[in-house]
Order: sequence, then C-alpha cells, then structure tokens
Amino acid sequence: MTANNSTATQVKNGVNVEALLGAREALEKAPEAAQFKWRASCEWLNGTHSRSTIGKFFGLGAEQSRDTTFTVEADHPKVFASEDHAPTPVELVLSGLASCLTAGVAAIAQRRGIQLHSVKATLEADMDIQGILGIDDDVRNGFGAIRVHFDIRADADEDDIKALVAQSQKRSAVFDIITNPTAVFVTVN
Amino acid sequence: MRSATAIIIGAGHSGLAMSWHLTARSIDHVVLERGEIAHSWRTERWDSLRLLTPNWQSRLPGHGYAGADRDGFMTMPEVVHFLQRYAEVSRAPVIPGVRVTRVRQDAEGYELSTSQGGWRCRQLVIASGACNLASVPSLSAGLPTKVASLTPMQYRRPDLLPDGGVMIVGASASGVQLAREIQAAGRRVVLSVGEHVRMPRTYRGRDIQWWMDAIGAMDLRYDAAENIERARRLPSPQLVGTPERATVDLNSLRQAGVELVGRLAGLRDGKAQFSGSLANVCALADLKMNRLLAAIDAWVTASGLEQRFAAPHRPAPTVVGAGTKLSLDLIAEGIATVIWATGYRPDYSWLDVPVLDRHGRIRHDGGVVAAPGLYVMGLPFMRRRKSSFIDGAAGDAADLAAHLHQSLDRAAA
Ligand SMILES: Cc1cc2nc3c(=O)[nH]c(=O)nc-3n(C[C@H](O)[C@H](O)[C@H](O)COP(=O)(O)OP(=O)(O)OC[C@H]3O[C@@H](n4cnc5c(N)ncnc54)[C@H](O)[C@@H]3O)c2cc1C
Repeated sequence: MTANNSTATQVKNGVNVEALLGAREALEKAPEAAQFKWRASCEWLNGTHSRSTIGKFFGLGAEQSRDTTFTVEADHPKVFASEDHAPTPVELVLSGLASCLTAGVAAIAQRRGIQLHSVKATLEADMDIQGILGIDDDVRNGFGAIRVHFDIRADADEDDIKALVAQSQKRSAVFDIITNPTAVFVTVN
Repeated sequence: MRSATAIIIGAGHSGLAMSWHLTARSIDHVVLERGEIAHSWRTERWDSLRLLTPNWQSRLPGHGYAGADRDGFMTMPEVVHFLQRYAEVSRAPVIPGVRVTRVRQDAEGYELSTSQGGWRCRQLVIASGACNLASVPSLSAGLPTKVASLTPMQYRRPDLLPDGGVMIVGASASGVQLAREIQAAGRRVVLSVGEHVRMPRTYRGRDIQWWMDAIGAMDLRYDAAENIERARRLPSPQLVGTPERATVDLNSLRQAGVELVGRLAGLRDGKAQFSGSLANVCALADLKMNRLLAAIDAWVTASGLEQRFAAPHRPAPTVVGAGTKLSLDLIAEGIATVIWATGYRPDYSWLDVPVLDRHGRIRHDGGVVAAPGLYVMGLPFMRRRKSSFIDGAAGDAADLAAHLHQSLDRAAA
C-alpha cells in the first residue's frame, strides 16, 4: 500500500538517507548516544540588537565541535523604534520552522524515491501585539496561528507530495517545539 | 504438582484456537483460565460494545458463525456465547478459576505457580491477552483530583459517569466509540485526537473488513512488512459495529456535537494543553485512508470486476476548525471525567523468564518467544496483520502448533 518503494539511489535530492538510516539503526541499539544537548548563547549589543553564537553541542556520547562557530543576529524593525539591523526573534522562529520542514521534505522524498525540482515554503504568522505590550492579559504573547504554504515541483502525484509534507511535520523537531508545550527553566547568577 | 506436555494460559479465542490445534495433533495439554471462558469479553468491556468485525469474520479453527445475520456485529453476550460454544464443540480442556501467578523456566521446561497449586509443562503458550491493562500516559498524574479518571476497561455506560462534561483522550476505536455514545446521551464531549487510522464502514457497497480481507491486506505477513515495529504500534481503526453500519469518523463526531482538540500535550494548573498538530494528524489519516481506497480500486480494476461493485468515491476530507482550542480549563469548563482511551497492553507481571525488552514487550519471532518451548498468541501483527483479531487466530495457531509439535519431536528423537 506504500506509494513509493523505489530505491533511494535513483533520485538526487542531495540527502544521504543511507547514513541517516544507519544512524537510526545504531541508535536503536544504543539509546544513550541519542541524548543530544543543543546550545546557544546570546550577547546584547545595543538597543534591541543582539548576537547569538552557536557552536559546540553534545551528542553521540561526547562533546562535538564543528568547523565554524555560527552567529545569528536579531533586532527589531523601525516601527518598534528600533534600528532594524537584523530579523526579529519571532521571524527567526518562523525561519527555523521553514527550514526544518523543508529539510524534512527533502529527506523523506529521497527515502521515498521522489525526485524534487523545487521546494518553496512561505510562512505567515498572526500576532496580536497587545499581549507583549501588556495591554490585554487575555491575549497570548506568541503567535495566534502560523500558516505554512508549500510550493513543490517534483516527479510525483499530488497525494504523494501532500504525504511528503505531512510526514515532514510528523518528524519535525521545530514543528513539535511550536505545537507542544516545553518546560523552560531560566536562571540568573 | 500436576503436569501436562503443554499448557496454554488463557481461554480467550487465542487460547481456544491453540487448544484446537494441539488436540488435532494429539498433544496432551490444559488451558488454565483465571476466570471463565471469554473472561475479558465478560468483564472488561463496556455495556454497548459490539465487535467492529462482521459476524462472518469470526472464523476459528473448525468453527465459525452459523447464524442468519452474517454481516451483523456481535454484542458482548453473543461473543461470550460464541466462544463458550466453541470450547464445548472442540472439547477444549479448560480449567477455569486458575490464575497463573508465576512462571519459571527450568531444565525440562516451565514451572507454574497458580491460585490452585503448581503445574509443570515442557511447552507453554501465553494466550493471556494483548489488552489486559489500559495504557495511561504519565502526564495523567497532573489531572486535578476533582476530575474522575477512567479507562475504557472501567467505563460501562454514560449514566454511570459523574454529572458534567467528559474529555476523552485518544481517537482510535475505543475513543471514537465512547465519544459517540456519551455525546448521544446528552453530555458535552471533548475528544483529544492524536495520530489515528480513518476508515469508512462501507466502500463500494461492501464492508471495509470485506475489502481488507479480499485484497489480502489482513494476511500480510510480519516478515514481509516494510517496518514491522511501526506496523505493530499502529492504532486501531476508527470503526464501530452498529446495525445501521454507521461510519464513525471525526467529521461525523463533529456534526454530532463532539468538540475536537489536538493530542493532549500537558496538564498544568487544572488546564489541559493540546498540541497544535490536529490539522496534520487529520491530513495524514485522510491520505492513508485514500491510499487504502486506491489499493481497493486497483484490485477491482485488475480483477476485472468493476461491474460487480458500486462506483469508487472518496469520503470528504476531515474538517479541522480554525478555532481549535489549544487549552481547556477543566474545572472552570465543568469537565468532570477524563477517559483515557490511549491504548491497551499485555500484563506479564507473572512471567519470571527473561524475554521482555526494555519497554516490557515480549521478544518473539512471529510468536516464537526467545526461550525454548515458549510461545505467545494474539499480539498485534504477530505473524499477520490480522493476528490480534479473532480472524487471525486460526492461521497463527496452526503455524505455532506445527512449530511446537516439531520441537517436541526433535526433543523425543
Ligand atoms: C475494546 C476492544 C474491542 C475489540 N474488538 C474486536 C473486534 O471487534 N474484533 C476482533 O476480532 N477483535 C477485537 N478486539 C481484539 C481482540 O480480539 C480481543 O482483545 C481479544 O479478547 C483477544 O483475545 P485473546 O484470546 O488473545 O485474549 P483474551 O480474550 O484477553 O483472553 C485471554 C484470557 O487469558 C486469561 N488470563 C490472563 N491472565 C491470566 C493469568 N495470569 N492466568 C490465567 N488466565 C489468565 C484472561 O482471563 C482471558 O480470559 C477488541 C479488543 C478490545 C480491547
């Protein structure tokens, strides 16, 4: 009943699915190694402008370093009387969701033997800023709703493409983070 | 201490089917049953429950439904009667009222402690059921004490529930059936929906179980499944057995007034928090249902039988309201009861043989357990997709009885 069982090697979406499947098999036998810790730090620059640094993480039972330490800046636009040096944090969250779902689409297409030609995600989120401004306590701070629209060109029929997108949500870390509550602990020294 | 060559634990349909095959092979055995024949169907089901599988599908080795309503669905008393009759005609050596409390392995086989003394055997078949315990998620600990907490094994009928609204967690067969019944009784019902399997009751003029059987989907073998671990974890289909052959899906429940919310993700300060993934789990279920219907259409076309069946169609997509709630204040909104229709699992607390994995599941290869002479029956997708259904016992019991017989012969040689 599965739509596509063709082997992954026939299509080129640039995702090494064999490696991912190998990792899954290895981690099923050693679940301790599946415990990852992701990290980020952030330094205030000026006004609402800040710079986050993303480097080492813990995984596969050891500290992992990478070739580059990445930086991501955030700021707020001029309508908030800020200087607009960079996107807002909530836009970064949206772009996190977009790229997580897009990576998922590519990986699942590779696994299902579907050749992709283009994938474009367009996201829009509603926010009633009365919440963050403290005008109305009944209004939540975060997004009221997020709409994600995918435009995908691929060698597959409409239902198979819809299934790619649905499966990508099912496996997406950021989709889960946004749709489910997570306990957050903030400390100060 | 009494002994038998083989012992079967449990006189449900699985144990009785196995007993039929052992009798056919003249293997001396007994069936130990803690209650009476069909104990689970007598004591662990709600009052209105009918099988979701049609009568013709209650096929057991050497026995089948003989009544006039082949397309109907048995009530619980009818199931009990059906199994009792089966035990009689097959002369199953059932010893009722014997609860197995401990099983140990020794050089010759197995030693059983029971509520009625000890037993020994060389071969042991565990047919004690896949649904002995209700699985309740650990987050249930956060439920306010004012709210009653029930499982489908404790639920009997709507008028025994405390006054007030009801939140049902889980939208598989048990959850959707209870939502339908409790809503019809005039209660407010909130149904929390996670991943689920959607199916129309009938398609192209036939029962969906008829189609699944005809196209061979129910016979798919465990060693031919693409991902057997995932297939075994698949929730039960959204089906109900009613005389009017009603389809129970999320659209019909919504029309009846049931309020749909996402998967229960948290309980904090008396508030239930629901996942925002409702639209996606519904999209996944619609896509999978349409894939099954397409497989049926392809089978019809390939067999050239188009004229015999009604035209193909697709049920309307599941409607997910834009105003779906993400949180619900249980106390303020008058929710008096939560029913955890979050699945069932077997109870192996009496099994003192190291054959369980870290999740407490029994390690087996198509029912042949990883200890000599030990077998299990009736688990989801154990040897075939239909293994946990009444209709699945015949094939599985035949295969496992052959294996059991062969290893006895080998030991004798
Ligand atoms: C709500 C519900 C609805 C279902 N509807 C259908 C349906 O429509 N169609 C269908 O085909 N299947 C249905 N099933 C699935 C399945 O057929 C039943 O779970 C069925 O009862 C399984 O049969 P079994 O013989 O494997 O186990 P059971 O019927 O559970 O039999 C096991 C027996 O073992 C006994 N036992 C357990 N532990 C011990 C012990 N320690 N010592 C001695 N005896 C013990 C029990 O008392 C019981 O009699 C349903 C299941 C549930 C839970």
